[in-house]
Amino acid sequence: MLRLIAGRLVQIGVVLAILSALVWLAMGLMPGDPLDLAMAADPRLTAADAARLRALHGLDRPLAERYLAWAGAVLRGEFGFSRLYALPATAVLWPALRSTLVLLGWALLLSAGLGIGLGALGAARPGLGWLADGLALLAQSIPGFWLGILLVILFAVELGWLPAGGMGEGGSLAEAARFLLLPVATLAFVNIAAYARHSFAAMRQEMAQPYIRTARMKGLPERQVVWGHAFPNAAIPVVTVAALDAGSLVSGALVTETIFARPGMGKLIYDSIMGNDYNLALLALLLAALVTMLATLAADIVQRLIDPRLAG
Amino acid sequence: MRLALGLALLVLLGLGAAGAGWMQSWLGADPFAPDLLARYGEASAAHPLGTDELGRDLLLRLLHGARVSLSVGLAVAIGATGLGTAVGLLAAWCGGWADAVLMRLADGLLALPALPLLVVLAAVDTGRFGLPRGEATSDILRIVLILVAFGWVGTARLARAAALTQLSLDYVAAARVSGASEARVLVRHVLPNIAGPIGVAAALAVAGAILAESTLSFLGLGIQPPAPSWGNMLSNAQEMVFSAPMQAVWPGLCILLAVAGATLVADGLRRG
Repeated sequence: MLRLIAGRLVQIGVVLAILSALVWLAMGLMPGDPLDLAMAADPRLTAADAARLRALHGLDRPLAERYLAWAGAVLRGEFGFSRLYALPATAVLWPALRSTLVLLGWALLLSAGLGIGLGALGAARPGLGWLADGLALLAQSIPGFWLGILLVILFAVELGWLPAGGMGEGGSLAEAARFLLLPVATLAFVNIAAYARHSFAAMRQEMAQPYIRTARMKGLPERQVVWGHAFPNAAIPVVTVAALDAGSLVSGALVTETIFARPGMGKLIYDSIMGNDYNLALLALLLAALVTMLATLAADIVQRLIDPRLAG
Repeated sequence: MRLALGLALLVLLGLGAAGAGWMQSWLGADPFAPDLLARYGEASAAHPLGTDELGRDLLLRLLHGARVSLSVGLAVAIGATGLGTAVGLLAAWCGGWADAVLMRLADGLLALPALPLLVVLAAVDTGRFGLPRGEATSDILRIVLILVAFGWVGTARLARAAALTQLSLDYVAAARVSGASEARVLVRHVLPNIAGPIGVAAALAVAGAILAESTLSFLGLGIQPPAPSWGNMLSNAQEMVFSAPMQAVWPGLCILLAVAGATLVADGLRRG
């Protein structure tokens, strides 16, 4: 177990290093550098001033050299500043990360709970299989951003029950929950599909096992056969799906935050790339990748804990 | 049943896309020319689904958007499936460190959140590579290249696993013994036998590409207006949910149907 964790942490480090170099290269290929924007914003800035500023900030040096300087600083724990927000990068990143983790946490809880329940129900009552199937197809096919817009139209525009976006001002828990409801529902619904589909398949497979027949023959009530015997075994492959799905959940959070104007990691990445805030964009992207990979690792560890056959 | 339903959906949308020009001359409307006197028009004989915020016919714009979405979906599926199959076959055939490197690369790509990376790549200035900027065809090409760069991974893993099984079977040894070259073994013997799972992966790639394209266009990084695409139509509609909510319904419904169609085809192929 410790060897698995250590190995995976090394792998995560390597992926982050390669990713940062590639993204640095990609950002070097984006149109306009910060000084182009500064010149556009301030007409008194002459070309000579810009060249001087470029030299001052080292923007005239080759891409690879700038990357190494940046990587060295990050390894020393200096994360630099955000150009867009005029704040230290960490001061922008942490609140965004917190907001996104809250959204992700609730969405994961809701989608895993409902999805697994739905899939298991479909398998336990074959008559309801079409419902789980159809719902899974719908959830898999519906674009998350469209669902978000539809929910806004229904609950914010037509009914006026819930706010269309933002985070809420008062800071009370009930207020925050009101603003969280639609984004969480949007993100969760799209991810229910994978859970429902896989727990349906896993449950059906377990229900066909001989130990189920034994349990029934002992005279156990059907409820206990399904939830006490089949379900724990079926949960194992579903955790694998949770691990594989971490990436799509984080991707979904980006779109959801953009629709509902929630200041989280997704919106931060989007805004910082659009605003040529290279340093913040790169750090945010690496942080999102790190969260995703750590979530995958956590799911793998849970899987080993609930499946003694893997613990070895 | 699933296969037929999925194919029917895709063919229907494909016919719509192909018939966009014909529909245009029949309705006598131009989906690209603003008509400010006919903004937010109700559904009528001249505009079956009404008009948008610039008075352009909504139905015609949807049909033109279908061209974008379906061609992106098909192109990405072909590219990603081709690349993925080649990589998977190669990894299975080479084994050793080449296999390890290719599969670690695939693992690394799978572990990352795709959308933030797509956003970064989509913002890259293609003008520096000599591609024309801001034209619909160059937008489509850029999106296709980006999605292929991410889309090959799933197919490669599937193809590798399937090819590994096939390569260990006796018929491969028999082909080798009778003097077939390694290339012939891979292309004529192994490839046809792993076509099943690859077909499923290709159909899923179509679904994934249509969703990804519409998401990027929605975020303003894909197909640029005035060229219509389902994604950028929705991005316009989002700003008008209070004044014209129905504008947001139609493009999303089209995406839903296209993605569901491709997913049903994949399901049908899998159950065979």
